[in-house]
Amino acid sequence: MKTRRDFIKISTAGAGAAAISFKALGSKGFGLFESKTEGPVSDEDLTPYPTYCEVCFWKCAAWAYVDKNGTIRKVVGNKNDPHCNGRLCPRGTGGVGMVYDEDRLKTPLIRDTRKDGTQYFREATWDEALNKVADKMKEVKEKYGPEAFGLFNHGTPGGHFHHLLRAYGSESNAEPAFANCRGPRSSAYFSTFGAYVGSPECTDIRDTKCLVLIGSHLGENMHNSQVQEMSDAIDNGATIITVDPRFSTAAAHSNHWLPIKPSTDIALLMAWIHVLIYEGLYDKDYVEQYTFGLDYLKDHVKNMTPEWAYGITTIEPEEIRRTARAMADAAPAVIIHPGRHVVWYGDDTQRGRAMAILTALLGSWGKRGGLYFPEGVSVPAYPHPHFPEPKWTWKDWNAGRYPLATMGITTEALKASIPRYNYKHQLKAWLVAGTNLPLSMPDKPLFKEAADSVEFIAVMDTMPMDITGYADVIFPEATYLERYDVIRSAANREPNIALRMPAIEPKYDSKPGWWIAKQIGERLGLHDYFNYDDYSEVIDWQLKQLGTSLEEMKKIGVKKYPRKTGPLYLGDGEDYDFNTTTGKIELYSVDFADHGFDPIPNYTKHPEPPQNFYRLIYGRAPMHTFSRTSNNPHLSDLMSENSVWVNPKVADLWGLKNGQEVWLKNQDDAITSFPVKVRVTERIRWDSVYMVHGFGHKNKKLSRAFGKGAADTEMITNVAVDPIMGGTGMRGNFITFLTEDPALEEKEVKA
Amino acid sequence: MRYAMAIDTKKCVGCGDCVVACQTENNVPHGYCRDWIVERVDGTYPSLSLEFRSERCNHCDNSPCVRCCPTGASHIEEGGIVSVTPHKCIGCGACIQSCPYDARYSHPDGYVDKCTFCLHRVQKGQKTACVDVCPTKCLHFGDLDDPNSDVSLAIKDRSWKVLAPEAGTKPQLYFLT
Repeated sequence: MKTRRDFIKISTAGAGAAAISFKALGSKGFGLFESKTEGPVSDEDLTPYPTYCEVCFWKCAAWAYVDKNGTIRKVVGNKNDPHCNGRLCPRGTGGVGMVYDEDRLKTPLIRDTRKDGTQYFREATWDEALNKVADKMKEVKEKYGPEAFGLFNHGTPGGHFHHLLRAYGSESNAEPAFANCRGPRSSAYFSTFGAYVGSPECTDIRDTKCLVLIGSHLGENMHNSQVQEMSDAIDNGATIITVDPRFSTAAAHSNHWLPIKPSTDIALLMAWIHVLIYEGLYDKDYVEQYTFGLDYLKDHVKNMTPEWAYGITTIEPEEIRRTARAMADAAPAVIIHPGRHVVWYGDDTQRGRAMAILTALLGSWGKRGGLYFPEGVSVPAYPHPHFPEPKWTWKDWNAGRYPLATMGITTEALKASIPRYNYKHQLKAWLVAGTNLPLSMPDKPLFKEAADSVEFIAVMDTMPMDITGYADVIFPEATYLERYDVIRSAANREPNIALRMPAIEPKYDSKPGWWIAKQIGERLGLHDYFNYDDYSEVIDWQLKQLGTSLEEMKKIGVKKYPRKTGPLYLGDGEDYDFNTTTGKIELYSVDFADHGFDPIPNYTKHPEPPQNFYRLIYGRAPMHTFSRTSNNPHLSDLMSENSVWVNPKVADLWGLKNGQEVWLKNQDDAITSFPVKVRVTERIRWDSVYMVHGFGHKNKKLSRAFGKGAADTEMITNVAVDPIMGGTGMRGNFITFLTEDPALEEKEVKA
Repeated sequence: MRYAMAIDTKKCVGCGDCVVACQTENNVPHGYCRDWIVERVDGTYPSLSLEFRSERCNHCDNSPCVRCCPTGASHIEEGGIVSVTPHKCIGCGACIQSCPYDARYSHPDGYVDKCTFCLHRVQKGQKTACVDVCPTKCLHFGDLDDPNSDVSLAIKDRSWKVLAPEAGTKPQLYFLT
């Protein structure tokens, strides 16, 4: 069926543009074979420019080294940066591939219709593209109010558009990073400790004696400084306990691997709490002084014994006791890692609560080797008039549901875009900045219906992605190595800031996000909110308020400041007022009880795979970030497609061979667009399969990534929504194998 | 002087950063690599072990690639670093066949290419690009003749293995186990 907004493969971008070669054509040598490719260049012949990485959210500060021909030769970590300590991860090292990827978006594009009714993208001038978006924003404002113009965003570029939308009068924004990722953790830790764990998380892995990972696959998620510190912890002889149905890299480096039955983590956590309390292993002074609700908790977990948990988790009772005692031995230098992508089964806030309660019993919140008190630098806002007050915001979509949501819920934004859901406050147009929604969100049919329902979609990205195929206007954004951007300021052990400045001029006709936002703002008469010619003026002004300058930061990249909020850790017996209802760490959550949620977590049984189906577990690979790096020439060299991990027992049953291509079908009869290769491996349980997220791109313009591997999100049609904060639990999907080509009609979604 | 590298398999997470850093430092063309990652899984679920190894040229003391090179393109540099001079190489591939570690490849420009232990950096007192970038600090480089070098200290109190010792090449990559 053709819809109003057909997905269009971008066919005009790049026409006439010269192909970019990563090789310099200088020649040296004069023998039989000349080395035409330029060899290594001495660092002294390169000019370093400070930046911070945008390949993932860790935002490591780095130096981009530019040669005399104006080519970025390499990107190297800034030694003074606590996010990376001078060592970038493979994605950061390969970040230069984002600049020289010849598949980049090169000019503004506008959707147009031919005489025969088919749609296509045509190249446009910046003026035309910007006018089109500004005109649509004016129209929406007049017809429906500015609130009906929504924003989906991720990462640094999203911030500039958030500013634009606030100035315009809309706070209808949502980012997958909350409800599709770390949201439950925020709600869980805030309700327990009155504080967030932040990003980077305030885990003191460097000095820990025991690191507990609940499904967190550190090392496969390259959360740089944490991976570095886990390595230090191994050197220091720390005990590592990993709970995962998959033999993850972290599990392989652990002293204890608990190969848990998927979806039963809360039972294990409650059994650990039982052991700590009933064996008297918890930190009694700490719990007495800082927590509220021990008696309720003690009573609650009375029957949640290791034997009870064994029947649920398949983890031996003695192993549960042994690991609980190992944590107690290490306390308070023990970390129950809060995790990051934690939307699994719909009771994820409660699982986060169980982890937070365990942390409190071990007395490790605010202690060396546990979780430290982070501190950031508050960067003053560049002067602008007050933002207008919107008549409604993202909160109003929830209509009283998900009371503890602290950011917009993406699936609610989609439903608010679809008239048949009859939301009181509806979205009529979208701006999408730096997030590839079709691959990052579950329930693709919902996304497609929403995209087809709204009147207008503008997308800003550096690459042609699945999302750009749905756009009416596409803005080609300059990559992070070609632009100024907001000052990075993330809380850490030491407060610090980092500068991002262009190492080279933007390639092609791409422009920085700040410029695009400002140009639209000017067209809407919002000049006072963008009162500068170049973003470097904003940065310089802000840096001067912080006692430095653009000039100084260009030389150092990262600046550290002394702490103002006191020490990293709680002193013994120190008075401390927690930002919760009771002023204490809440083992019993008063807030949850008030909202009608379980004040202490309970284990809930979740659906299990039907016969011949396997639970889909997905995760990360260290050389890729979501779907955004799949086409990066350096990183696709390392891993060009994902595979589906299948236990040898299961492979035997199905007669599957290593490397064989299969299609996956889920419980709702959804079938992957592309086949995916089987990896027969002992590293996965027999009741589950595993895939790395971010592959199976459908945009043919991605010459390396198109059709490589399969998208896990195509198999995630069942979403278990967390009633507390609206998280979208995605691990309740089950797949089976199709060994014959299902001959889907719509393999490459066509114009 | 005897340059060598130790690779801590207890800490390596197999991220491939060493591969990308080498690519960008040495301008290795896309689709080729001078170093790579091997993942080895042993056992049956749930009694498993997993080893990641960051591998590259072993810069052997007794190097068959140098012996079999008909033009002298393959040679030994300072500190025992096995190198190739592109303009002397005729691309015959004898060295590729002779290497028990599959450490050499045919560069698209026609000559045979391989890891240089980043000689251009080492000569200036820097570490190799892969060692400097490794997030887990699982790579150690230095002079084995210096008892206080990173590599000497790394192998001093740890058990280690070399790959294909039966080939008799006296390899200089030490995998800490």
